[in-house]
Amino acid sequence: MVAQILFLVLTLAAIALFTVNLRKIIRNIRLGKPVDRQDQPQKRLMTMLRVAFGQSKMVVRPIPAFLHFFVYIGFVIINIEVLEIMIDGLFGTHRIFNGLGGLYNFLIGSFEILAFTVWVSCAIFLVRRNILKLKRFSGVEMKSWPKSDANYILITEILLMSAFLLMNAADAKLQLLGASHYVNAGAFPVSQYLINILPSSESALVIVERSCWWFHIIGILAFLNYLPYSKHFHILFAFPNTYFSNLEPKGEFTNMASVTNEVKAMLDPSFVPAETEPGKFGAKDVTDLSWVNLMNAYTCTECGRCTSVCPANITGKLLSPRKIMMDTRDRITEVGQNIDKHGAEHQDGKSLLDDYISREEIWACTSCNACVEACPVNIDPLQIIMELRRFAVMEESQAPGSINAMLGNIENNQAPWKYSPADRFNWAQES
Amino acid sequence: MEFKVPTMAELMAAGEEPEILFWVGCAGSYDERAQKITRDICKILHHVGIKYAVLGTEESCTGDPAKRAGNEFLFQMQAMTNIEVLNAYNIKKIVTGCPHCFNTIKNEYPGLGGTYEVIHHTQLIQDLINEGKLKAEGGESFKGKKITYHDPCYLGRGNGIYEAPRKALEVLDAQLVEMKRCKSNGLCCGAGGAQMFKEPEKGNKDINVERIDEALQTNPQVIAAGCPFCMTMLSDGIKLKDKEQEVKVLDIAEITARANGL
Ligand code: SF4
Ligand code: SF4
Repeated sequence: MVAQILFLVLTLAAIALFTVNLRKIIRNIRLGKPVDRQDQPQKRLMTMLRVAFGQSKMVVRPIPAFLHFFVYIGFVIINIEVLEIMIDGLFGTHRIFNGLGGLYNFLIGSFEILAFTVWVSCAIFLVRRNILKLKRFSGVEMKSWPKSDANYILITEILLMSAFLLMNAADAKLQLLGASHYVNAGAFPVSQYLINILPSSESALVIVERSCWWFHIIGILAFLNYLPYSKHFHILFAFPNTYFSNLEPKGEFTNMASVTNEVKAMLDPSFVPAETEPGKFGAKDVTDLSWVNLMNAYTCTECGRCTSVCPANITGKLLSPRKIMMDTRDRITEVGQNIDKHGAEHQDGKSLLDDYISREEIWACTSCNACVEACPVNIDPLQIIMELRRFAVMEESQAPGSINAMLGNIENNQAPWKYSPADRFNWAQES
Repeated sequence: MEFKVPTMAELMAAGEEPEILFWVGCAGSYDERAQKITRDICKILHHVGIKYAVLGTEESCTGDPAKRAGNEFLFQMQAMTNIEVLNAYNIKKIVTGCPHCFNTIKNEYPGLGGTYEVIHHTQLIQDLINEGKLKAEGGESFKGKKITYHDPCYLGRGNGIYEAPRKALEVLDAQLVEMKRCKSNGLCCGAGGAQMFKEPEKGNKDINVERIDEALQTNPQVIAAGCPFCMTMLSDGIKLKDKEQEVKVLDIAEITARANGL
């Protein structure tokens, strides 16, 4: 009875804490500017199913795709196991689903195999990160927390899977001993090999089984609450993020409606613009970005696929699209904390541009869309870069000198070069 | 040129409408190297007997470099002025020689009141090949030559056009070799996003040099391009590597024109 109450309290506390943090993140995302992403629900759903559920963009790199697939499938399916744990925990039952008979054996057997593949995949991931030191996982933005974050996640998953398998092994042994309460159920294709390392006394086995059970479930609850602080949040946000992702051609950039009004008024004095909210052009801080940009930031897995294909980054420039996403998340988190501590009106005098992302970074982008193409969860770092450029150019008139010259040429000569418009057709005369 | 390039104004005066407007673009108009490509596109249009016209001095920058540099005002000023001209001539269909013009007119003009059917010149060439109007005969033979094609970002990733330019090369019976990074995984030439007009930021290599190194790894005789900006970047790279004698950088239009003896 005590155990059941403890279980209930722990579970409720974990869920409550998670809800509080999730709501904070959603509130933070809502600080972004509106953008309509409700159109074409069918196409959106298909995109989500293909990209997030079907992992379609992972296949570009077969080795991690393969390993990630095991971890992903393991995560999805082992949730069924968690359901049983929940019911057992609350009602003091043991292996409540055993009534399913053969199906139950099949399920437990496949969970074991999955747990094992997850274990192995995570171990290989750890090796790739820490021993092989793949270039993709290094870079200026991958120091301290982001680096340990990845390792913590992998180690936790390995521990959780180990506990699960050890628990099953102890259970199987108890079943063999005919211990009361331990019903004969389940198949143990993996954990059967662990039976020999376990003690043979019944009481010791019960202790092993119970501790692993508690470790496993507490681990899962703790992990749930770790998510909002971690890149691992993508296991939840990958789904809405792909659903709300951009469906237009990548080359197409938004036409700013506020500008359209002003330009129309300039070209045609009789034009009466519709009332639009006065606001900044482009983005200086995260709250000038759209909510989709901010959701992107929370979804980023820091996998670095974007950075590894970025021509600017490849050739040694400061720009890293992954850093753009991480900076955006760090800044929106900071803004959110400010609101929690000092209220919504508080200004800390900082901004995304300059305090987090430098001018040198934004001006190095060739707008090639390689980062957008590469991202396995349809994140768009380019949009953020463009918004920052728009602010620098339209609000501050601060562009590199040669860019200003080019803009001046377009304005005066209708071409980015300093040629006379009258010469535009000269090419037809020569041969 | 052996024939006169018709302008919209002339056609209008004669009470005629062209089938397609050829949007030349700033690079195609002013850049000496790109002008050659422009003339070749005209030769192709003329050769197959499509009724076309250009805007001539009435054309103006689409605004693409301004937009990618972040100056939305200037972009929209350019766009709306251009749309006024295009709509006044009742233009329905446009072919461009530049993926940047192509992308801007196709994707960004509709929201500002200018909706047209827009194709890139490699798509036109693909269609003409399919219709049997262009062949790889009568001119220079590219048979068996090693050609590698560089995907322009705004044509490929930006708009998903990978096949049309390759089709134009396949018909030559040439040996088409792909670079390590190609199609949706292609590497930028370094000129997009208004980079063409500024010095690159500090790094350890220029992007066009990285790309040329990769192209040269395929041991090509020809590097094929489909964008005047790519043309500049790739040609500069080849010059820097002192490979101008062995490797030619040619636009798909030039290759097609040469193969057809135009
Ligand atoms: S769009 Fe910009 S940030 Fe993204 S890969 Fe290209 S150069 Fe890098
Ligand atoms: S933006 Fe996408 S590709 Fe880049 S690190 Fe984040 S998840 Fe990976």
